[in-house]
Amino acid sequence: MIIPFDIILILFIFICAIAAITVKDLLSAVMILGAYSFFMCLLWTQMAAVDVAFTEASVSASIGTVLLIGAVYKTKRRSKD
Amino acid sequence: MIRESQDVIVKTLARLLVPFIVIYALYVVMHGHHSPGGGFQGGVILAASFVLLAISQGLDKIRQRLSEKTAGILSSLGVLIYAGIGLLCLLLGGKYLDYGKLSKLLPVEPAQARSLGILGVEIGVALAVMAVMCLIVFTIFSFDEDSGGDE
Repeated sequence: MIIPFDIILILFIFICAIAAITVKDLLSAVMILGAYSFFMCLLWTQMAAVDVAFTEASVSASIGTVLLIGAVYKTKRRSKD
Repeated sequence: MIRESQDVIVKTLARLLVPFIVIYALYVVMHGHHSPGGGFQGGVILAASFVLLAISQGLDKIRQRLSEKTAGILSSLGVLIYAGIGLLCLLLGGKYLDYGKLSKLLPVEPAQARSLGILGVEIGVALAVMAVMCLIVFTIFSFDEDSGGDE
């Protein structure tokens, strides 16, 4: 376990999570959520949970992003609040 | 509705990438019982190859290859494989999904029969997951047909 690497990963995850809920453009929010998934996948691998990291990368980062893009395309792209 | 991409680079690159994605998905399914991965992850990667084809070649072309009826049949077939192997072990005198009893049917040792049994179950899971994921994506992206849908 490498402490500086952990701290950098957690910092990136916090930045991605806060950016995903504050940005107004919903398509950008979906893309930032994909980046969040990949950083989360790196963190799972760092914690030696390779199977969970595999599931996170395949489900949340690929299929989940596609489904969320479909949802954005079906509704409005700009958020009201 | 996703239309066919006009960009020749996107279309060619997607068509070149798909075989490698499928081979990798089959590797993940086949090695699922002694390394990370398994039926669920392999099935999702297989579905991702179909989604890549759908967003580069247009949804209609992919629907001709894998219609919604075929996807439904495939998902039911996956569940049937899973439950069938379990019930087969039950009929051979063991507990549900007790793969060691499959050695009475197959010409192998009980330990090898366990490995083969869990491989069969994972193939069933991969089929079901792939079909259901494709069905969800096709249903979400085919909204323009019934309701006018604004872009």
